[in-house]
Amino acid sequence: MKNRSNPQPKIPGIQSAPRTDLPVLKPFTARAAGEVDDLLFSRWLTSTPAWAWLVLVLLIVVWPGVTAAATNYTMTQAFQALWRWIPFIVKDGFFYNVIISFFAMLIGTLVGVVLGLMQISPSGFIRLPAKIITQVFRNSPWLVLLFIVLLALPFEIEIGDKIIRIPDWMKAVFGLCLPIMANISEVVRGAINSVPSGQWEASESLAYTRQQTLWQVILPQCFKRMIPPWMNWYAILTMATPLCSLLGVEELITLSRQAIEAENNRPELLVPFYGFALLIFFAYCYPIARATIALERRFAVKL
Amino acid sequence: MNQVPWSDDQPIVSIKDVHKSFGDLEVLKGISMDVMKGEVVCIIGPSGSGKSTLIRCINALNDIQSGSIEVEGIEVNDKKLNKLELRKKVGMVFQQYNLFPHKTAIENVMMAPIKVLKQSPKEVEDIARNLIKKVRLEGKENSYPGELSGGQQQRVAIARSLAMNPDVMLFDEVTAALDPETVKEVLVTIKDLAEEGMTCMLVTHEMGFAKEIADHIYFTDRGVIVEHGSPATFFDNAKDERTKEFLSQIL
Repeated sequence: MKNRSNPQPKIPGIQSAPRTDLPVLKPFTARAAGEVDDLLFSRWLTSTPAWAWLVLVLLIVVWPGVTAAATNYTMTQAFQALWRWIPFIVKDGFFYNVIISFFAMLIGTLVGVVLGLMQISPSGFIRLPAKIITQVFRNSPWLVLLFIVLLALPFEIEIGDKIIRIPDWMKAVFGLCLPIMANISEVVRGAINSVPSGQWEASESLAYTRQQTLWQVILPQCFKRMIPPWMNWYAILTMATPLCSLLGVEELITLSRQAIEAENNRPELLVPFYGFALLIFFAYCYPIARATIALERRFAVKL
Repeated sequence: MNQVPWSDDQPIVSIKDVHKSFGDLEVLKGISMDVMKGEVVCIIGPSGSGKSTLIRCINALNDIQSGSIEVEGIEVNDKKLNKLELRKKVGMVFQQYNLFPHKTAIENVMMAPIKVLKQSPKEVEDIARNLIKKVRLEGKENSYPGELSGGQQQRVAIARSLAMNPDVMLFDEVTAALDPETVKEVLVTIKDLAEEGMTCMLVTHEMGFAKEIADHIYFTDRGVIVEHGSPATFFDNAKDERTKEFLSQIL
């Protein structure tokens, strides 16, 4: 694309510093009363300036140097320790963060879509339970849900004389998929409600049944609108996976802590190890947030 | 379903003493009219007089509180009404076109006959191409609604409705959202239809057009029919004061 290399001049006061000291009216984004920006997280993450990376890296590099002055444990030693542990932390730790987030998202999405469709049912018997479930799980603290699920679910399942142990990460998947399910349910409901009522009326007047209208007219139009908030929730979920470490599920933070313990709990190690954890989450979620915002812009123009 | 035998010499749409309220607001206060097959009826009146509501009641988009609407002998004000059967007989075109934005013009026309009437896609495609030709949009078959002008979209909407092969067409202020230049191309399309003998009911603000094509004109105000008659008597010899006042403001 040619115009990429030739950027448009920036609008003063909006994209660059104002050239005037008079007040500048910024563009207004219309939001209905009470409506929540469902891409808040992605917007926040992409608004992180480029130097945030640098600060993060500097912090990890400089901090041990500063503390090293006080002790005889050098910065090089701290980084050698981190370097030794990185394969273990990533392969046995972060890998599980990805796995947990992937399956929690998968299950949460499948159940959430069903719940969302139930929420727009004309029958109160279907709509009301779906609304209650959605609101309960949407407004519960994630950690509390995790605790309940991890402690309430049995350790083992007996099938005949075989005993199958449920791994902890699977329980974590189940715990985390509950809030995701509720939020996806709201995403689906919101997307369906955002289709103008004229589309329903036009389909009705063409003798479509409600089911046909929903599947052939309404949902194909919502699909695009659901992708950005859906990705937004995936990024939030990934960021929430370290919660599992509080419950002893083996993942990035749990293993980092174990690694530090194995290195005699030296305080100089805290910043390199947890800083590395921050970096790896940032590296994983930042592209997702970028893509979310890009997709949202692209779809916004078309609709 | 309560269906009485119906033949061509009876009114195709028969409205008797229809009352309709939205909450406390009574919009229709006893409307009656008969429309014969092949007739073109225009409903005019100030905004808020219940014209659009009346026309929406005919294909059960709105329900009525009392009275009766019969379309080819199908009673609309019936709890056991088979809405799908009714809507196969009644086509409707809206002010805001309401085309399906994710489908091309020809797909918009073809969708309902294939999905609802279960006709074979091949036959439907031939019919759809003819309809697109009829509304003078040849070459626009594969355009998406977003790529068409308002007038073109509205003509696709008319073709879409015609594809269901209805016996009555309802037009709800179909030119109200268009700019004056494109109004004409839509009106020409409707006129073609009327001349072919399609029963049409129009809510419109285009007085000149109403005068030209209508067989019968109804003037509604505050939920009642104030006056009705043939275009000649209605426009030139209006008796009611309210009608005269309305016409003097418009013409």
